[in-house]
This record gives sequence, structure tokens and C-alpha cells, in this order.
Amino acid sequence: MISSVEKSTDARNQIDQLIEAGNAELATRCLADLWRAEQGGAAASFVTTRFEKLRDRLPLARCRIAILRSFTVEPAVPLLRASAFCSGVDLAVHLGDFNAYSQEILDGRSSLYQFSPNVVLLAVRTADIAPELWDVYADQSAESVQRISQRVCASFEQWMRVFRQQTSASLIVHNLEQPIQPNLGVLDGQRSCAQTDVIRQINSELHRAASSYSGVYVLDYDALIARHGRLRWHDQRKWLMARMPVAADQLIHLSREWLRFLIPLTGRVAKALVVDLDNTLWGGVIGEDGMTGIKVGLDYPGAAYQALQRAMLDLTRKGILLAISSKNNPEDAIEALQNHPGMLLRPKDFAAIRISWNDKAQSLREIAQQLNIGTDSLAFLDDNPFEREQIRASLPEVAVIDLPDDPMQYAATLRDFPAFERLTLSSEDQQRGAMYADQKQRSQAEQGFQSKEDFYRFLQQEADISQVTPGTLARVAQLTQKTNQFNLTTRRYSEQEISQLANNRKCQVLSMRVRDRFGDHGLVGVTIVRDQDAVCEIDTFLLSCRVIGRTVETALLSYVAESAAARGRHKLIGRFIPTKKNAPAREFYSQHGFILDSQNGEGTLWTLDLRNRQIACPDWVKLTINRGGQN
Amino acid sequence: MTSSTFEQVRSIASDLFSTPTDRISPDSSPETIESWDSIQHLNLVLALEEKFGLQLSPEEIEQMHTLGQVTKLVETKLQSTPK
Repeated sequence: MISSVEKSTDARNQIDQLIEAGNAELATRCLADLWRAEQGGAAASFVTTRFEKLRDRLPLARCRIAILRSFTVEPAVPLLRASAFCSGVDLAVHLGDFNAYSQEILDGRSSLYQFSPNVVLLAVRTADIAPELWDVYADQSAESVQRISQRVCASFEQWMRVFRQQTSASLIVHNLEQPIQPNLGVLDGQRSCAQTDVIRQINSELHRAASSYSGVYVLDYDALIARHGRLRWHDQRKWLMARMPVAADQLIHLSREWLRFLIPLTGRVAKALVVDLDNTLWGGVIGEDGMTGIKVGLDYPGAAYQALQRAMLDLTRKGILLAISSKNNPEDAIEALQNHPGMLLRPKDFAAIRISWNDKAQSLREIAQQLNIGTDSLAFLDDNPFEREQIRASLPEVAVIDLPDDPMQYAATLRDFPAFERLTLSSEDQQRGAMYADQKQRSQAEQGFQSKEDFYRFLQQEADISQVTPGTLARVAQLTQKTNQFNLTTRRYSEQEISQLANNRKCQVLSMRVRDRFGDHGLVGVTIVRDQDAVCEIDTFLLSCRVIGRTVETALLSYVAESAAARGRHKLIGRFIPTKKNAPAREFYSQHGFILDSQNGEGTLWTLDLRNRQIACPDWVKLTINRGGQN
Repeated sequence: MTSSTFEQVRSIASDLFSTPTDRISPDSSPETIESWDSIQHLNLVLALEEKFGLQLSPEEIEQMHTLGQVTKLVETKLQSTPK
């Protein structure tokens, strides 16, 4: 019998050997396995030091995070970095000094801004920012409570305002936690000026203030603690000894909550969830148990599966697509999907369906292709550990969700999965499912035409180009962060950065909406151009994968060229920076008459002489320019 | 001090201090392991609490001078805590 210590030592030795041998991919998988098996401080330290050796050989997103705090967060940092590494994010962390957060935010030359963070966390305890509201609340008069609460709100408001002036980084603010017990016991609930009410009001004020700034988000620290239990969360002895208020076994929950914000901020999100059917979407095996035998409905045990379906429906409200990959007879499975009375999900809710006896890795590749997304944007949910391992082995970029044995835990597991977190929702996100249904029709229509041009004419495409507006800022930033395929330079911008570019007189941030006879694609094209002397440079040019191959990119480029010439520019230049994914955009400039100017390690530079060359908008695209920018 | 508890403690220390297990003995201490500083000491305490399901008091933490002492402390605590 092998002891657990030996097993974990062996796993570590194996990882070190893989790193030594230069097998970064397998080492990464083993590190992720180790981290899943042993989430704790010791393993976190092992995992981060090993990833640091591998980081140059892995396609990791880099992110710089500063943590401003009023308490010891050091032990949570390795946990956060280990989880982030396993989610494909290499985090550089800067810690602010104890209780120095106010100066650090207000002083433009502080070490905070010198670190030039992408993300800043402001973690301040109620007891530190408002001690009067914490353990001496019973001594306070109504007037002093009022004054203190105004002071706290004004401080937060000022920090947000100054922060936004100083940097375009994202800011995540912990809200204030409630005491374990109100100072006056049950009497607190009877009073007009209850301690818990005052803290609640400050939190709702905090929420309001944050929502008036772009890129400022509230982390509901009070709800996080409540979810895990106030009594278990706190460790008073560690607080007194090391200014560490959080119990050892709760730190992992704090780091996971931080990760939930970092995943959408670094774009490491899953765009589609692929689910199995038997014993995942319903209990039992449809091929054996039949329509009357499978379990899904309002009662036990079917309720567990219905709850999972409810959680999946909620994902679609965040713009996440659903797909099926199941080994079954298609007729049996579709019959259950269409007609079983206990099902909340129906075939129309799935953007792609693969029911066959084929290998699931192949199904997942096909689903990604059909949805026009990379396999690294897929998450996979299957009750069968064998299938999960297969996917991990053949498609390591897919986010595989580990389901527990108990189906009653399925819904909670799905809801807990960080890759489905979003911080903002565009109207495109909310309608994405319907758009993909339109897409299914378009693909069917395309097959009936002799030539591409006939198909383009049939589509009756309309493209509207506008300057970016406050209403489209979020979507424009989102497209720069998420678009990989038709993206000439793959430059990622936050909402704040887009807003700064839009306010720069030398820059134009243009967005394009596209409609056709089957429906509205929404805002699907972005270009950012910058004028300098006689030259207009295309900084960013991208198209959502939904409209690749429909010639609308030519429509957008024609306006870029025309408007640059109208502003008196003589030359239009653009770069192509190749990545693993942007091959669809490689020939873009050469196809539109640009001349190759130069080439370096980063990519190629292309030029178009605007004095003797224009770009025509295809006659099958109806182009509208909204000068006012309403979009 | 039994070898199995020490092995577990050693494995935690090896992770935290980035030191191979064969260079860790019951005599290892902040004097012999360079990366064992005050923050790592706190991390060691938290990792022990988490791994063994214990609560260590400030007095106990102050007595943790060597990994041998750490192991003995963990064993004493495990015996006195009903499982």
C-alpha cells in the first residue's frame, strides 16, 4: 500500500523530471492535476515555483495585480497565483503596505502606480475603516453613526475618482463585512438605527459609486463570508498574532473569489459549455431506461438534473452557448430532449448538437468549428471520469469541469466554475443564443448558391459604422479582448483605455454593426486608427468570428480609407502581427491593394497610397455612416 | 516522533521552502533553511492547520524552532483532539 505522502512526493518528482526533460505541456497537465488534488498552501508554493520555470514555454496571459489591504493577505497570494497559473494566467503581484491604501491611491507617484498594474484589489476590513461601526457600535449616537457612514462613503468615492484619473487599471473593491454578531444582540434587529442596517447602507452606496465608473467592480466580501459561514471564516488568534483575520482553511475561498474577477479581466473565459446527456443532463441512460425511466423533473432524484439545467439556462443569459456531445442513438436522445416533460432545456437551446458513437474529442473539435470559436473557449461537463480524462489528454486547452459523484451537487459545481464569470454584459451577450440559431439558417442557405457573390446579394447585408459611444464602450473593449481570429494586431484594450483613445483628437475608434436578412449580428467590427502628420495608422482592425467571410471587412476598410483621405492623409498604414490564431486575417492587406513595406520579428507593415488608390465598398453591402455616433 | 508524521511535515516544508526532501531533517530550522522567514513561518502554521485540521495557539507557534519540534507538536495535538 502506498501512503498518500509517497503518492504526492512521486507526483512532484514526476513533474520535476518532466520540466527537466523539457516536456512543458505534460508538466502543465500534471501540475493542474496536482493542484486539483491538493488545494492548499504547501501545494500552492510547489505549483507556483514550477510554473515559474515553465512560464516562458507556455501561452500564458500576463497580468499585474496590486493588492491594497488593511490585513495580512500574504498567505492567500500563492493560492491565487497557483489557481491563476492553472487557468492560464501568469500573475505578477504587488502588495501595498498595511493600511497605506489611502495614500497609495491618492498619491500619483506611489509605488502602486509605479508598478503599473492591470488590476487593483482594495481589501479593507470594516473594523479598520470604520472601527466605530464594528465593536463599539453600542456607544455611538445616531448623529455620529450618520457622520461616520458619510465619511466612509466619501472616502470610497474619492478613492475611486482619483484612481480613475490616475490609471486605466481595473479596480476591485471589497465591500464591508457584517459583524459575527451585532453588538446589541437581537435588539439590533428591532432598532431604527441598526448596526447591520448601517453597514448594508454603506455597501449599497459603495455599489452605486462603483457602477458610475467604468472598470470599477464590487467584490461582495460580506456575501462571500456568509456563504462559507462567519464563525468558520474568522480566526481571532491569527488576527491578534499576525494581523491575519481569515482561518487557514478559508483562504482558498478568498483566493478563488479573487480569481473569479481575474478570469473575465484577462479574457480566460469559456464561451461555450459542452454537456453530456446520460447521467449528466438527466439521470439514467436513455438507450436503456427509455423516456419513462430517465430521471429529470421536480422530485428527487430528477430535481438534481433539473437544477443543473436551470444553472445552464442562467449561463445562456450571460451569453454562454450550450452544446451537446453524447454517445447515443440520435433518435432516442432527440426524443427525450424534445418531449420529456421534466426537461427545462430543449433542442433550440443548444447551438450545436453532436450525438453519435464517435470519440468526444472529435465532437468537441467539430462543435468549436461550427460555433466559430477555438477549442480553448470550450468547457466540458460529463459525469464520466474516463471521458473527462480523455478530453484532458487530447484537448488540454478545454476547461474540463470535475463533477462530484453526487448529482445533487452538479448545479452548484457548475455555478462555481470561474470560467463562466462575466463582469459586464453587452446586449450581444444576452442575445447570443438566438444569433447562433440565425447562423444555422445562414449556413443552410449558403449551400444553395452557385457563386459566393450570389450568396452575398441574397444575404442583403447592411453595415452601420459609428464612433464609439458610452453605450458601446463595453462591447468594443470586449471585442478587442476576445477576438482572436480576424484580428490584425490582437491588441487588447480595457474599457478605460478605449475611452481614452476615443477622447484623443488624433484617434478614431470606430465600431460596425451588421444586419442581414436572417437577423441582427449586433456590434461585430472594431477599428482604431491614429493620425500622425500625413499618415493614418490602423492600430486595430478586427471582426467578430460571426461575420468572417462575408466581405463586411472590406466595407469597414473602405470607410477607413475614405475618411483618412477626407482628413487630408496621404498614406494609410497597417500592421499584421501573426499569432497562433489569426491566420484568417493574414492576407487582408495584400488583398486590398496594400504594398508590403517592411518586416520585422513582430510582423509585417503594409502601406496604401491614398492619393491614387481608394477601396470600394462591395456593392452587396449597404453602408451607413452615423456621424453622430448613435449605435 | 513517528516517521509518518515527520514525512508529512517534511513534505509540507519541502513545498513551502522550495527545498528537496533529502535536504530536510528533524533538525532543520530557520537557521539552516534560508527561505524560512517570518512569512513562511506563518505559511507553515497555516499549512499544518489545514493539513491536520488543527488550531495552533500563539504559544505553540513560538515553540516551533525545528521541524522535529513541529512534528512533536502536531502529534501531541492530534492525540488530544478527538477525531
